[in-house]
Amino acid sequence: MTKQQANWSPYDNNGGTCVAIAGADYCVIAADTRMSTGYSILSRDYSKIIQLADKSLMASSGFQADVRALQKVLAARHLIYQHQHNKQMSCPAMAQLLSNTLYYKRFFPYYAFNVLGGLDSEGKGCVFTYDAVGSYERVGYSSQGSGATLITPFLDNQLKSPSPLLLPAKDAVTPLSESEAIDLVKTCFASASERDIYTGDKLEIVILNASGIRREYLELRKD
Amino acid sequence: MLSKLADSTPAMPGLMLASAAGSDSQRTLYPYVTGTSVVGIKYKDGILLAADMGGSYGSTLRYKTVERMKPVGKHSIIGASGELSDFQEIMRYLDELILNDNMWDDGNSLGPKEVLNYLTRVMYNRRNKFNPLWNSLVLGGIKNGKKYLGTVSMIGVHYEDNHVATGFGNHLARPILRDEWHDDMTFEEGVKLLEKCMRVLLYRDRSAVNKLQFHSETLINVNDKLLLLSTAFEWLSKMPKFYTHKQIAKITEEGVTISQPYSLKTFWGFSAFQNPTVGAEGSW
Repeated sequence: MTKQQANWSPYDNNGGTCVAIAGADYCVIAADTRMSTGYSILSRDYSKIIQLADKSLMASSGFQADVRALQKVLAARHLIYQHQHNKQMSCPAMAQLLSNTLYYKRFFPYYAFNVLGGLDSEGKGCVFTYDAVGSYERVGYSSQGSGATLITPFLDNQLKSPSPLLLPAKDAVTPLSESEAIDLVKTCFASASERDIYTGDKLEIVILNASGIRREYLELRKD
Repeated sequence: MLSKLADSTPAMPGLMLASAAGSDSQRTLYPYVTGTSVVGIKYKDGILLAADMGGSYGSTLRYKTVERMKPVGKHSIIGASGELSDFQEIMRYLDELILNDNMWDDGNSLGPKEVLNYLTRVMYNRRNKFNPLWNSLVLGGIKNGKKYLGTVSMIGVHYEDNHVATGFGNHLARPILRDEWHDDMTFEEGVKLLEKCMRVLLYRDRSAVNKLQFHSETLINVNDKLLLLSTAFEWLSKMPKFYTHKQIAKITEEGVTISQPYSLKTFWGFSAFQNPTVGAEGSW
C-alpha cells in the first residue's frame, strides 16, 4: 500500500482587490473589504489596508495569514528603524524594505499581492507595485488582486499619461485632481464587483496628502 | 513579474529533505478523530457558543460525549472543530499561557483578543513548518465590558465578526445568522437562533450528533448575576419534556458554568419521507 500523501495546501486565496493612484500632491489607496475562501464569504468587513508609516500605506490581497504576517514583520522593522534613526521611514525606503522582505521568502513565498502608496520625500504621490516575491517598480497607478485583470486595462485607458503603455510614460503621476481620482477608483470597484465574485461588500478608500490622512467608504454589491 | 502561484503545489524543498531523513511520520498528514462545526454569536450581555458533542472517526460517529468547548482564563471560551487530539494539545498550550500570565500577578489578565492572537501565531507557525494543528478554532469572550468573537483556521487565516462558524457551519449557519442576527439580542433569543443553526446542521451535516452544549460568556455585575442565573433556570423548567437535561454554560466575571448536554427536537414525519418509493416505478 502506497503511503498516503499530504493533501492539504499551506496556501489559500482569500480574494480581494487593491488599487492605488498617485497624484501631484496626494495618493489614493483603496481596497474592498470582502474576505472569502472557496465559494464562501468569511467576512464582509475586513480591512486590507494598513498604515506602515506616516507617509506609507500598504494594501494587500491574497492569502490573509501571509498578509498578516507580512504586515507584522514590516511594522516591527519600522519600529526598529524609528529607534535607530529617530525618524519615520520614507515611502521609497519602505518600498525597498517590502521588496527585500518578500524576496527573503523566495522559496516559500508570502502569497501576498501588494500595492504600496504614499508621499515621497518631496511630497509627491508615489505608488509601488509588487509581485509575490518582491519584484517591484514605482508607477503612477496600479491594481493587484482578484479584480486586477478587470481594473488595470480600465486605468490604462483613463490615466493615459502615466500609463507605461506609452513607453516611456509621459508623466510620473496622474494629472487628475484628488476628487477626480477618488471618483475613478469608485468606478473601478463598482465595475469589478459586477464580474469578480471575490470583490464586493464595501470599498475602503484612504487618501494621503499634505494635510494628513482620511478615509472614505462606499457600499458595493453584496452578491 | 511572477504570476499567481498555483494553490495546489506548496513549495517542496523542505518536504523532500524531511522524507529523506525519514521524519515524515512526525508530521500531520490527515486528521483521525474529528469534531464538526462550532457556531458562535455575540448577544446583549456577551458571547454564546454552541457545538455538538460528537467525535467522528472517519465516517463512524465514534464518540458522543466530547466537550469541544472549554473556558480559557478568566475572560474567554474556545471552541474547536477538527482533530480532537490537536485540540487537546492546544488546551495544553493555553494552560501554559494562562499560567504564565497569572504568575505575573500584576492584576492584568489575557483577554479574548490576546488569546486569539496567540493562537493565530501558533497555527500559522505550525503551518509554516508543514505540520499543522488540524483545527478551526472559535474564540469568544468579554473583557472590561468589551465583547470579542473571532476565529482562526488551521493555516492561520483569522478574522472577527458578530457571528462566526467553522466547517459546515460556514455554509449552513452563517447565512441564517446573516439574515437573523441583530445587535443586542437577549440570551433567550441568542440560544433560539443558535438552536436553529444547530438543527439545520443536524439535518444536513452527516458528522453532527444530536447532543449539544452551549457555552456563554456574560458580563453582569454581582446582583445581576444572581438574577440572570435564576432567569436561566426558570426558562429551563419551561422547556418541553423531550429535552433530557439541559446545560447552559455561562461565563460571568466569576466563573464558568457549562450546560448539561441536551438534544434538539427533530421532525422526520414529512409525508414525502413516509412512503418514498410511491410514484417511482422500479424503486424499492
